This record gives sequence, structure tokens and C-alpha cells, in this order.
Amino acid sequence: MTTPSPATIDAEQLEEIRDGIRQLCARYDGTYWQQLEPETYPAEFVDALTEAGWLAALIPEQYGGSGLPLSAASVILEEIARSGGNPGACHAQMYVMGTLLRHGSEAQKERWLPEIAAGRLRLQAFGVTEPDAGSDTTRIRTTARRDGDGWVVDGQKIWTSRAEHSDLMVLLARTTPIGEVSKRGEGLSVFLVDMRDRGDELEIRPIKTMMNHSTTEVFINGLRLPGDALIGEAGKGFRHILDGMNAERCLIAAECIGDGRWFVERASRYAGEREVFGRPIGANQGIQFPIARAHMAIEAADLMRWKAIGLYEAGRPCGAEANMAKYLAAEASWMAANACVDTHGGLGFAAEYDVERKFRETRLYQVAPISNNMILAFVGQNVLKMPRSY
Amino acid sequence: MKICVLVKEVPDAAVEKRIDPSTGRMDRSGEKNLNPYDTHAIEAAMQLKEGGALQVDEIVAVTMGPESAVRALHKAVSLGADRSIHLTDAALAGSDVAATGYALAKALEKEQPDVVLLGQQSDDGECYTIGAVVAEHLKAPSLTQVIKLDVVDGGLRCERQAEYGYDTVQVSLPAVISVGDAINEPRYPSLKAIMGAKKKPLETASAADAGIDASLVGGDGSRVQCGEFKAPPAKAAGTIIEDEDTDATVEQIVAWLDERKLI
Ligand SMILES: Cc1cc2nc3c(=O)[nH]c(=O)nc-3n(C[C@H](O)[C@H](O)[C@H](O)COP(=O)(O)OP(=O)(O)OC[C@H]3O[C@@H](n4cnc5c(N)ncnc54)[C@H](O)[C@@H]3O)c2cc1C
Ligand SMILES: Cc1cc2nc3c(=O)[nH]c(=O)nc-3n(C[C@H](O)[C@H](O)[C@H](O)COP(=O)(O)OP(=O)(O)OC[C@H]3O[C@@H](n4cnc5c(N)ncnc54)[C@H](O)[C@@H]3O)c2cc1C
Repeated sequence: MTTPSPATIDAEQLEEIRDGIRQLCARYDGTYWQQLEPETYPAEFVDALTEAGWLAALIPEQYGGSGLPLSAASVILEEIARSGGNPGACHAQMYVMGTLLRHGSEAQKERWLPEIAAGRLRLQAFGVTEPDAGSDTTRIRTTARRDGDGWVVDGQKIWTSRAEHSDLMVLLARTTPIGEVSKRGEGLSVFLVDMRDRGDELEIRPIKTMMNHSTTEVFINGLRLPGDALIGEAGKGFRHILDGMNAERCLIAAECIGDGRWFVERASRYAGEREVFGRPIGANQGIQFPIARAHMAIEAADLMRWKAIGLYEAGRPCGAEANMAKYLAAEASWMAANACVDTHGGLGFAAEYDVERKFRETRLYQVAPISNNMILAFVGQNVLKMPRSY
Repeated sequence: MKICVLVKEVPDAAVEKRIDPSTGRMDRSGEKNLNPYDTHAIEAAMQLKEGGALQVDEIVAVTMGPESAVRALHKAVSLGADRSIHLTDAALAGSDVAATGYALAKALEKEQPDVVLLGQQSDDGECYTIGAVVAEHLKAPSLTQVIKLDVVDGGLRCERQAEYGYDTVQVSLPAVISVGDAINEPRYPSLKAIMGAKKKPLETASAADAGIDASLVGGDGSRVQCGEFKAPPAKAAGTIIEDEDTDATVEQIVAWLDERKLI
């Protein structure tokens, strides 16, 4: 197993990537996203991204992708958010990819990656969370047991986003009972599940949510998987997934930074235009300061995001930085979202202004894919070595 | 056959244009972009190539401009051009539209293109003239403001926007054609094309390389001599009449017009 070493990228190329993705996003403005509410998947937008190769950014060139480093992927998601779009519709391909890239066998990569890069297959579902195991991932109850050369899986997942819009799913299941392992994180395995034409083996039910996120419950009933569906080593699945978490944290941070910039731009513009009591509302400190504060929080979070990405790309440990970047960016975008709603007064609640939609969308990142509380606990326990709560 | 597309780097549309008081010329220091009209010219070239009615072997983007103008070429290549030529030389700085057209024509002469495509106007200079100047030097027919392009009888059948309605003109090749933005919807570049742009051949040519007579270009070689540029005067605030009683409002408007002898 080799860790792919992506091409390096310079500041000018990142700028060109920003520019290119902005051009594409410009064709999908607020009205496009509004008409999808409350729960239509933005298929046309995702197809356009796929067709132009944006979602294959991280796939190595030898498999038909662009072989770009994490910084490029982060800029792509940031710009989608900053343009007013919702990167949540497509970010998972970038996150989920890591597990296959780092731990997949050569045969698995050759079989799946070119199809994904070409846009013929979608890999953007990640089945980890269960009704009784969210933050405490190792408690999952979905099990995979050996059956001849293959596996049979039973269990239930919740919050498996985009399962209805994905052909493949990366699935975490227990392969050794928790009572038989020395550490709770052991005995879990990762599978690449081909979800097409599964009949009763997979039952997918959409969950209605506050924002348009196409998330689902997945019931797994005797799902048969071939032997080569196992990614990496059996029993080491939790490690394999944790490996990808730092990249995921950096990408989420970038999305939040994009959201935050969108809110600040909208808010500061409106604050300069809207006149109340004969002067622009932005002249009032009650309006101006929260926007300025949010802007500073975003700038600071962005520094942490680039620090984390720099370490990640240099192959150095970056767990603390990646988690802190995600925390700071999610807090900053939420601060900006609130300032933006307050600035817009009643219009902050009008769908036509997109503010309320983005407000709902960015709120998610305080909770998923990892809740900010768990990052505080991580920093408290693992970085500052304080007593543990778990 | 070969298509050359003229492209220009211009100040970004979002940047407010201003005169640099120290030089009296347009301040070009801000964010820049590929002239939007030129993206339509590249798209037109791509459609001719992909359409298959003509055997297009190569699309070459050509620009004249300072060092930074290579970015316009990278963009052009990311939109589909196969290679690019950057005509750049201190001797060319300050060229007016006639000198620019002459210099571009010299660069094109070496390439012997069958079709030259360009935007009908640049976002900054907005002379609408380069196409005609280039065509004159190349002794090729010139068509401007073209909004439809079809291959007919080995030549091009063009629809051009005229003052009233449209002219349909059949032109034989080689020809120089400037296009309007109604001609097509340019594709957006793919990620791979953006990343690959720097790997496609880029040739840098000096004035001498292109065989340009230095006395005909640059500030000294230009016949236009700029005196002073001024930003247009700011619009005076208008008069707003509150419509409280419509009869009285109408009277006020009539009186205002009458005062100025407008009715
Ligand atoms: C829209 C949406 C999409 C999602 N998409 C996916 C997906 O595609 N795939 C997937 O696998 N999952 C997905 N999730 C699940 C998400 O990752 C979990 O919701 C998240 O990890 C929290 O888990 P939980 O909901 O079980 O909360 P719980 O674990 O029940 O936690 C509840 C609260 O208690 C807090 N808490 C728990 N323990 C501690 C502690 N020790 N210290 C302090 N606070 C603590 C948590 O921080 C949280 O605030 C999605 C969730 C949502 C809402
Ligand atoms: C006295 C004077 C001094 C000037 N000095 C400078 C200077 O120092 N630096 C500077 O950048 N400009 C300078 N200009 C402006 C510059 O020369 C103009 O680009 C030129 O006059 C063409 O005018 P336009 O862009 O309005 O052409 P238009 O006819 O409006 O442009 C139509 C199309 O021609 C093509 N085209 C235009 N210019 C170029 C180019 N350079 N390379 C490739 N294709 C092109 C593009 O496809 C464009 O869409 C000066 C102009 C004057 C009058």
C-alpha cells in the first residue's frame, strides 16, 4: 500500500482553480438553489462539476483524475460555498475517496477509480453513524460475518447522506465482537459496497431535515459482499477511517470559511445600502461590529486551515490543527450567519435572499461530521492532557 | 487547417476603471481577466474544430501585451487552444490601435492561419477596430460583429449584426472574423484543462522575431497621441418630486420642462 503523493501546487494554480470553479458556480445562482428546496438533489450542478472533472481532483492522474493535493480540493469546496451554493451535495466524494486511495488494493483502485473519475460511478456515501453510535463510533452494531469467500452484513445506519445519489458506499461494520477485542477500536472493518440493484438487502429511507441534504437511514438485511469488497485489513477499519479524518476536517473547515465569507460579503454590502433613520444601518456599531468580528474569526480560522493543510501535505502529524481548524471555521461561519441574519432584519428570513438557507446549511457543521463538542474534548484530553470524559 | 484566435488581457469587469494621474492612461494595475468577448472567439474556434465540417488541426491563441498577459494565454489554452504565442517587447508598449493591429498582423503572418477569430471589442479599449486593421495588413476579408458561423461550400457563412437586422455574408478563407457575445455560450474550463494549461507550448516572440518594423509601433510609432484623459463628470443629483397630490406633481413636472424649453 503506497500513500499517493499528489502533485504539488503553487499559489497561482490555486488562484486559477478558484477562478475556474467560480465561473462554473456563476451559472448556478441563488434562484437555482432556492428552487431545489426543501429536498431536491442538485443533480444538474453536481453533473456539471463531475463533467468538468472537479470532483475527481484528488484521484491520481493514472486513474483519470487530476492528482491534486488537499489544498486544491479545499479551495474547490470553499468556492462552492462562497458562491452561495451548497457543497454538502457533493463534498463526500472528496472525503470518502481518501479511504480507497490510501487503503485500497491496486486491483480495487484500478477497478473503481477510473469509473469514478469519468463520472460513470459515484462514490459519495459514507455509512458510519448508527442510531446508537454517533460520536462513539466504536459502539456500532452493524456486523459483517465471513461467508465463504465473501461477507454478509446486517445492521442499520443513520444519517447516511446522499445514499440515494451514490452508486458506491464506504461502510464501517464490526467483524469481531466488541467483547473479543482488547481495544474497542479494533475488530471493525471497512467495505466498499456496490449499492446498485440490491433489492431487499439494502433499504434506504430519506430523513426530512432542516436543510436540503439528502440524508437517509439505511437498513442492511443480509447484504452479500464479495471478498474483494473489504478495503485494507480486516479489523483495522477504524484506523483506516480515522486516517482520512484529518483531510475531512480540513475540507469542512474550508467549506465553513467559504460560507463565512459569503455571509460577510452579503452582510457588509446590505449594511451599506439599507437606510434606516436616515443613515445606512452599517454605520451603527450594533450592525457593524458583529460583521467585523465574524470577518476576523474567519480570517483566523483560515490561517489554522492553511496551517493544518500545510502539515497534512508535508506528511506531518496534523490531528490537533485539523480539528482546531474545523472547530474555529464552524464557529466563525455560524457567527457570520447570525450577523448576516441580524443585518438583513426581516429579509434575513426571506427565502429569496438566500440568507436563511445558508444559515440552515452552515449550522450543520457545528454538529456533523464531528460535533464541535467532541473537538473541545479532543483538545482538552489529547492536546492539554486533562481528565477524559470518554 | 489552422485557426488563430486573438486574445487580450483586460482589467476585470468588476474593477472600476480609472485613469492613472501619473501617466494619463488607464490604470491597468488591478485584477485582470481574459477579455470576455475573446472567450466567445475561442468557443467559436472550438465549435469549428469539433463540428468536423472543416479539418481543423490546430487552434493557436495569440496576444500582444506585457508579461502578465501570459495569464490570458493560459486561460485561452484551458478553454481549448492547442498552443499560444505571446508577442511581447518594450518597443510595443504604448501602441495605439493601428500599431497594435499591425504588430498582431506581423505575428500572424508567420503562422499563416486559415481563419483569424477575435472578440468584436475589448472590455477596456472598446475600439471595435483590431479585426479590421489586422485584416487590412493580412489582405484578407474582414467581417465584424458576427453572431453566427456555419461552414458552407468550404467557406464560412456568417451572420453579422448590422444596424438594422442582420447581414448574411459568405466569405472565403483565409478571413478575419470578429465575434459578438451572442454567437455562443463559452464552455467553462475543466479542472484538467486548467491544470494542463501550463504544459501546452507557449512561444514568446519579440518585435524583431515577428519581423515588426520598430518605427511603426510603440508610443512613438503611434499616430494617436494622447493629450489628457479625464474620467467622465459625475452625474449631478436629480430633482426628486414627492408624489403627494398627482395633479400638483404633474404641474411641477410640466413647469420644470417648460423652464428648459423642452415642451
Ligand atoms: C445532516 C447530517 C448528515 C450526516 N451525514 C452523515 C454521513 O453521511 N455519514 C455518517 O456516518 N454520519 C453522518 N452524520 C452523522 C453525524 O456524524 C453525527 O450526527 C455526529 O457525529 C453526532 O453524532 P450523534 O448524532 O449520534 O450525536 P451523539 O453522539 O448522540 O451526541 C449528542 C451530543 O452530545 C455531545 N457529547 C457526547 N459525548 C460528549 C462528550 N464526551 N463531551 C462533550 N459532549 C459530548 C455531542 O457532542 C453532541 O452534541 C450526519 C448527520 C447529519 C445531521
Ligand atoms: C496612445 C495609446 C497608447 C496605448 N498604450 C497602451 C499600453 O501601454 N498598454 C496597453 O495595454 N494598451 C495600450 N493602449 C491600448 C491598446 O493598444 C489597445 O489594446 C489597442 O488599441 C486595441 O484596442 P482595443 O483593445 O480597444 O481593440 P478592439 O478593437 O476593441 O478589440 C477587439 C479584439 O481585438 C483583439 N485584441 C485587441 N488588443 C489585442 C492585443 N493586444 N493582443 C491580442 N488581441 C488583441 C481582441 O480579440 C479583442 O477582443 C494604448 C492605446 C492608445 C490609443
